[in-house]
Amino acid sequence: MRISNKSIIRLSIVFGFIFWALLVVIDLLILFSQSHNLNFGIPQFLPKVMLILFIFNLLIYYRYTIIKAESVNFLDLLWKVFVTGLLTTILSLIIRFVFTILGSTALAKNVMVINIFYHLNIGLVVAFLVSTFVAWKRLILYQKSKILITTWKIFEYALVGGMFFNLLGYGMFEIPFNLAFSILIVLGLIHSFNLKWVAYLNFKQKWKSILFIILVIIYLSYFFLNLVRYSDENQLAIDLFNDVYILALFTFIFIYSVIAVLVILFNLPTSSVFEKKLEEVVSFQRLSQSIPSGKNEDQVYEILLDSSVSAVFADGAWIEILNSKGVVTKTLTNNLDHDKIASIKAGVKTDTVKEILESHFEAENLSGKVLGTIKGASFKSILAYPVTAKSKHVATLVLLKEVNDAFDKEMVNIIETFVNQANISIENFRLLNEAIKNERYKEELKIANRVQQSLLPDQLNCNGQIEITAFSQAADEVGGDYYDVFNYEDGKVALVIGDVSGKGTSAAFNMSQMKGIFHSLVQVSQSPKEFMINANNALSRCLERSSFITLALYIIDPATKKVEYCRAGHCPTLYYDSATGKTYYFKNKGMGLGILRNTEFHKYVEVHQFEYNPKDIMVLYTDGVTEATNANREEYGYDRLKKSLEGLTTQPPELIQKGIVKDLYKFADEELLNDDYSLVIVKFKN
Amino acid sequence: MVEITTTSEDGIYKIGVNGDVDASSSIHLDNALKEAIEKDESKILVDCRELNYISSAGLGVFMSYLEDLKEKNVSFAIYGLQEKVNHVFELIGLENLIKIMKTEEEAVSYLNGTYA
Repeated sequence: MRISNKSIIRLSIVFGFIFWALLVVIDLLILFSQSHNLNFGIPQFLPKVMLILFIFNLLIYYRYTIIKAESVNFLDLLWKVFVTGLLTTILSLIIRFVFTILGSTALAKNVMVINIFYHLNIGLVVAFLVSTFVAWKRLILYQKSKILITTWKIFEYALVGGMFFNLLGYGMFEIPFNLAFSILIVLGLIHSFNLKWVAYLNFKQKWKSILFIILVIIYLSYFFLNLVRYSDENQLAIDLFNDVYILALFTFIFIYSVIAVLVILFNLPTSSVFEKKLEEVVSFQRLSQSIPSGKNEDQVYEILLDSSVSAVFADGAWIEILNSKGVVTKTLTNNLDHDKIASIKAGVKTDTVKEILESHFEAENLSGKVLGTIKGASFKSILAYPVTAKSKHVATLVLLKEVNDAFDKEMVNIIETFVNQANISIENFRLLNEAIKNERYKEELKIANRVQQSLLPDQLNCNGQIEITAFSQAADEVGGDYYDVFNYEDGKVALVIGDVSGKGTSAAFNMSQMKGIFHSLVQVSQSPKEFMINANNALSRCLERSSFITLALYIIDPATKKVEYCRAGHCPTLYYDSATGKTYYFKNKGMGLGILRNTEFHKYVEVHQFEYNPKDIMVLYTDGVTEATNANREEYGYDRLKKSLEGLTTQPPELIQKGIVKDLYKFADEELLNDDYSLVIVKFKN
Repeated sequence: MVEITTTSEDGIYKIGVNGDVDASSSIHLDNALKEAIEKDESKILVDCRELNYISSAGLGVFMSYLEDLKEKNVSFAIYGLQEKVNHVFELIGLENLIKIMKTEEEAVSYLNGTYA
């Protein structure tokens, strides 16, 4: 079972009270027994044990409450110590006040009453000491090292040892007591110089810290004197001064407080420098972080202007933003009227600064020559620095001061760093924009790819007589391979495969033209020759001079089992004859479309005819298949394709296609294929 | 990649093609042919003995100058095609439009009009 922190805190309060109350009761009983010469048989060490238990509960309480301040804020920590001290002191003062009111009455002289008041004081003092000790511990262990943790642990164990040492009953100034006390003080002193946290306070915080700590010292002194008074004047059941642990805590807290005040005091003059450096770092960070936080270029300039002004304490400043033609499109100012800019520019006496302002400077001889003086304006010094992106002048930063020669080398360096960071930010910003644009183009290409996919039919099965499957893969997002079918009303089927020269976008556009041409021409006539001549004519008008399309057209008549075909420069068709069991390539001649753009073309159109048997297979493909090369620069070639088909002739077209593609990928790595490749498998039935 | 060399010898402008002519490298062949035609050379010979591969884009380069060659009355021939390359020329029917010779001697005599 785990106990939550909250219940631990509550339990420590309850038990703290119980042990304190027990301490009071036992002490009073002892006193009573002494004054009446009675013996209750209470052992001497019992009240001391109660005190130890009380302190343990306080330690637990403060350990959990003070650790709760999550992000370490030193002032909060000091504030807590201060408040605890204030509360305990006020309570102690009230007790004293009541005691004074009682004055010289018999009650005030009663040993029992005095001891009750003293025990109330014990509770308050111990609470204050323990809470301050825990707070000091947190400060000392800030940015702790391994060795520090070890020595601190030794110190804490020694303190615990001190508590139990009390049980031996040595009083103040006895030799064992002094020895134990000295050991604890030496260990405390070792840790009193861990003041790293002081460096992280700014000027104002340092003053506050000094105030708080001095008040802690005052509380401490008050408590100390109060205890001394009790100890001197009265008969006490238990005297805190005989407790080495309490005495060591007093001394340690006092020493650490005094050293802290001194160190903070000596650090006061340097804190402004530290703060300025910190501010520069923060500005620098703001500049470099302005991109991921989605700011625009103008905001980068604004940050640059603000950071520069505060870094060099400029009395006025402006930044001119130029467009790609070098014309000022926007001017941001800081503590300066827009109208004054022209007169200031006119008053500039230094050449380099003038050149920068008119933006025909040479970047190489820029460094160090950006300072100048001004005539006739309320400003006397000027610092001008160009902001560049991809070595183009994109803006000019100008800082002004009312005193002569007010900018020093240090300032120029800081401004240079700021401007460089702004350069990077702006360059990154522009790159980011370009990347986004490229991303959009990629998206467009994906759309193009989808559109093109829709140009290739996914259903090729025409009637029960023929089975067709097709496969196509483009090297880029879009490609130039084309296949299609057209079903005539009389049952004939036109099947086409084509390959546009080149690849990529231009090929894709030509491929879509080819689809248009196919669908318009195929409906007009069933003659392959007429088709080719007309297609050549049409393409001659729209293809670039260096582009052409290879095409193969098949007009299949299932009624007669006759196929008329014509090849326009396309790869020879691979055919499996089921009657003879032989596989071979067609050897018909033909010229690609768009190569010969005159009336001569018809001479090169050959139409052939064959009659198919059931289970014959026709493989149409594009040159991406046969020209696929492997790592050894060997081509897949006609023989491998033929062999691949020969092993698959009994399969349905879909499996033939898959088998050939698998064989192709086995030969050449799919990733390395850099041309479009398509495959159309036709299997004739009855 | 492709390497193009050009020499002029006995009134014949010779272009040597070495390597692969594909979509990206075809521009070099294109430039060489364009230069030859712009120089008003009357006899142009392309040495394809070292041409290992030609893509459709490469064929397109030859194709695009066919008209210019005819117009300017330039004698044009290519020779020494490797079997694979020759097959590509035949496949798309370019062998009907471009004179393809086997050896340099044959090609030169063709350009000089002395080929039997």
